[in-house]
Amino acid sequence: MGEDIGAYGGAYAVTRGFLDEFGPERIMDTPISESVIVGAGVGSALAGLRPIVELMTINFSLVAIDQIVNHAAKLRYMSDGQFSVPLVIRTVTGGGGQLAATHSQSFENWYASVPGLKVAVPATPYDALGLFRAAMKDDNPILFAEHSLLYGMRGEVPDEWYEIPFGQADIKRKGNDVTIVAYSRMTHVALQAAAMLEEKGRQAEVIDLRTLRPWDKETVLESVRKTNRVVVVEETWKTGGFSGEIASTIQEEAFDDLDGPVARVGGLDVPAPYNGTLEAAAIPNSERIIKALSDNYGI
Amino acid sequence: KTPRPHYQEGRQDATETSSARATSFVPGIPLYRLHSFPLLPLHLKTLSNSAVATSGFRRQSTVTSARFTLNSDVYKLHEGTTGASLGSGPPLEGEITREEMTGMYSLMAAIRELETKAGDLYLEKIIRGFLHRCNGQEASIVGLESALTPGDELITAYRCHGYTHTRGVSVKEIMAELAGKATGCSKGKGGSMHLYGPHYYGGNGIVGAQVPLGAGIAFTNKYNETGKICVTLYGDGAANQGQVFEAYNMAALWKLPCLFVCENNLYGMGTSSTRSSACPEYYTRGHYIPGIWVDGQNVLAVRTATQWCADYIRAGNGPLVMEQFTYRYYGHSMSDPGKSYRSATEVKGVRETRDPLKKCEELALELNLMTSDEIKAIKKDAAKTAEEAVEFAHSSPHPPPADLYAHIWWSRTK
Repeated sequence: MGEDIGAYGGAYAVTRGFLDEFGPERIMDTPISESVIVGAGVGSALAGLRPIVELMTINFSLVAIDQIVNHAAKLRYMSDGQFSVPLVIRTVTGGGGQLAATHSQSFENWYASVPGLKVAVPATPYDALGLFRAAMKDDNPILFAEHSLLYGMRGEVPDEWYEIPFGQADIKRKGNDVTIVAYSRMTHVALQAAAMLEEKGRQAEVIDLRTLRPWDKETVLESVRKTNRVVVVEETWKTGGFSGEIASTIQEEAFDDLDGPVARVGGLDVPAPYNGTLEAAAIPNSERIIKALSDNYGI
Repeated sequence: KTPRPHYQEGRQDATETSSARATSFVPGIPLYRLHSFPLLPLHLKTLSNSAVATSGFRRQSTVTSARFTLNSDVYKLHEGTTGASLGSGPPLEGEITREEMTGMYSLMAAIRELETKAGDLYLEKIIRGFLHRCNGQEASIVGLESALTPGDELITAYRCHGYTHTRGVSVKEIMAELAGKATGCSKGKGGSMHLYGPHYYGGNGIVGAQVPLGAGIAFTNKYNETGKICVTLYGDGAANQGQVFEAYNMAALWKLPCLFVCENNLYGMGTSSTRSSACPEYYTRGHYIPGIWVDGQNVLAVRTATQWCADYIRAGNGPLVMEQFTYRYYGHSMSDPGKSYRSATEVKGVRETRDPLKKCEELALELNLMTSDEIKAIKKDAAKTAEEAVEFAHSSPHPPPADLYAHIWWSRTK
């Protein structure tokens, strides 16, 4: 269920052809009513179906946040297991397309704070497919956040079946000198920074978290114990960002392995401006990652 | 209080500098408050016009004002249970002056040109992000605005460039904002969906969210006893948002001076009104709130209906729901060709039989309020204004980096 997913083929063309392939009983265009899109999704899951609902962007999820946080996430707990909510909430996240303040946000970090929800943030086609398969099988409510600027990305996927479990990060690039932790589109910015560091003779290890709840603490800590230097990069506002959670965990559990404070690079604490130059300044880029490492670790 | 404009007595000479006259639009002259002045007893179809046409006689004369008659099918009423009865609804007859008609037509032409040129700028990648154009909806916009009085409030959604202009923001400032420049009306920070002006609260991107805002604006006006109304617009797609119904209830309960206006252009992005709405008669969706449907392509019908609604609300009867039955020629936005969910024949049909500018031209000519030369001059002027606005957008500077942090917080006292 979702807005313009059927006849229109999806606002981001993700569900193009689905209506023809699966028919109108399974692919349903809804009115513009986010609360009931999620709410009815929760309800139909409670009664035995395994629905997938789409919120056109994560910005509009705010209209349905009560249904996500208070209902999807909590009904199993409150009923002590009598009900479950096997619901996948697909949505589009991120900015950088000059869509201005109310259309450029990334709230997956907020949802990642909620017990009872799982949150996926794939950065590549391979990861998106593997995680989505896992999401469909999962009996819990899942927020599946696809980045709007990554839809054009192409990548190899094997012909054989595979799936990726939640809570398993992926080391996208191995290195011994510094750890860069990122997720979603920032994974690619991190890889750019790694290329720049290589020119300076430093090898960065880039870890793509792939999911925020649960997130793969062990892979991150193992890397930090090896490199002793870490920067966490995320697109959403730095204040209250999930990078704070990660940084705090690292310093709690690997304090003695750190050569300096955990560095964090996040979105500037401003609403997203429309103007392209201003907008770009507010979103993390590889230069800021390099500078953060230089500031904290002198490299 | 609006200063009453000076109307010329007698017939006007069409060879006067029509472009100067055309752009002197005085908004909000209520139809009913026109005082008498020499009127020629003209019927809708005058002999003089057709005589002029066939004889090839170039020099035409126009009148200073005319009475018009609307067909009864331009309105439909929905009686509610809150507020007073609607009676027989808005009048089907009225008066319109040459100045008013010229003013309305000029605004419609200005909007048409602005939207068309903005599309070009988007293809040049000067305008980025989203661009939602309102070509085809000009009569709904201008007809409504022309019936409001200074100080009346207005809030709408993202298909907002037309209203931004009628609310008083220049084409130049709009184009510059679309281009993200520092000379734009939001200094480049807002873009297409976030244009604002005096008594004009945007430009809103979140579908339906502007409706509770409109109820709140109406609340302030009632609280402060301003005597003004808030026109709160939303589309057929937004009409199914829960918060719209919450706003209806609060407005009716507290008798807020809110005119809810559904711009029904038949499509919410790619979903037609009949595929999204169990009840696509949007003027009835206020249920207990009385409603009126109006032919949105007829600028005089929209104007008359709006005036009547405003009077009703100002008299303390609480809110109304108006549905403007209109159409958008282009797709939802620049990324939507508008072809996958409707036929080219349908779009062409509306362009040919229900184009708001053409309808206005026909009315103006039939009422002998404008000449075809004047109409041409206005269109040319509108095109020129839009071109100059494009130049202005091109040559204006980007906002400085420090603007990134400007206006996040504010304090009345430093």
